[in-house]
Amino acid sequence: MCDTCGCGDPELVPVDVHEDILAGNRHRAEHNREHFRARGVFTVNLMGSPGAGKTAVLEATARYHPDARCGALAGDLATDNDASRLNAAGIPSLSITTGSACHLDAKMVHEALHAFPSWPDLDYLFVENVGNLVCPAVYDLGQDVNVVALSITEGEDKPIKYPVMFRNADLVLLTKMDLLPHLRHVSVANVLAAIAQVMPANKVILFSAESGLGVANWLAWLATRRAAQVGTRHHGDHGHGNEHHDHEHHHV
Amino acid sequence: MHEYSIVQALLERVEHQARAHRATQVHRVQISIGDLAGVEIELLRTAYDTIRYRTMCQDAELEIRRVEACWTCSRCDASIPTGAPLRCATCGAAARLKTGDEIMLDRIEMEAA
Repeated sequence: MCDTCGCGDPELVPVDVHEDILAGNRHRAEHNREHFRARGVFTVNLMGSPGAGKTAVLEATARYHPDARCGALAGDLATDNDASRLNAAGIPSLSITTGSACHLDAKMVHEALHAFPSWPDLDYLFVENVGNLVCPAVYDLGQDVNVVALSITEGEDKPIKYPVMFRNADLVLLTKMDLLPHLRHVSVANVLAAIAQVMPANKVILFSAESGLGVANWLAWLATRRAAQVGTRHHGDHGHGNEHHDHEHHHV
Repeated sequence: MHEYSIVQALLERVEHQARAHRATQVHRVQISIGDLAGVEIELLRTAYDTIRYRTMCQDAELEIRRVEACWTCSRCDASIPTGAPLRCATCGAAARLKTGDEIMLDRIEMEAA
């Protein structure tokens, strides 16, 4: 109540907040990132439209780089098909079934890690996000890099139509390049020009899981980025799988 | 359709602030949304109108300020027009987004007990 004049009107208090609405997710993502860094696990947030070839990228990664210890968390609305495909390809994987949620967030990834006790032994953890060219870009998961799979069949103007997805991308894999001879009206130069307008990092690898085009470049890119992040540091306590969560959690 | 989860997060932040200030009711919530934040403002309004009932924001007006995307050079700070390649024409460095990625709770007007 107003106690200046005693009129009985409620007192309105303006509070300047200036805080990120998604601060809770960002905090949880930083928590995930600390875990990944402490264990030397390089984490890739792999995003793209449904059918862009995200799972095929990972299958090719395992096929051409059998020595790397890869694991994956696969976000999927309704099935665990992607995780099954990845497990069959030799990448231990866990499905995160999101129900109606159109993206993964840091909390879902964190909970998945608890159900995936071998993750600290990995060189690379791939988080295959829900197929969607909008929402996943908004949520930090704690990853080291963002990679977007964009297929050559999706149309030249997709980067311009979905700029948010490309704004924070570290790499675009332009997938299904083996189909290019069948696409009479698609020019790779136009796709690259569109990407340059929305992606400051402007790094693209032409890729085909079918023919193997670009796979060597992709693996080299991964190795370079991992070395820069993780260095030559060896994994900590192999064989102590679940002890990484002994500390207290302070979640928002 | 992540606008619903953004509104959910917004309501949590507002309720946290309201509790901290021992407010009984929230009258107005002001937020900023950048053009490159990946948030559809009309969908956000719909989500807000759907979710706010039975929360502290039930009668609170949502005021949304749009923030235009502004790219500048990450090295020399020269402005880079949208629609051009995101690289500085002067020094060649990559662009960085100066404004336009905000999903920000700016101000709350609440009624003190």
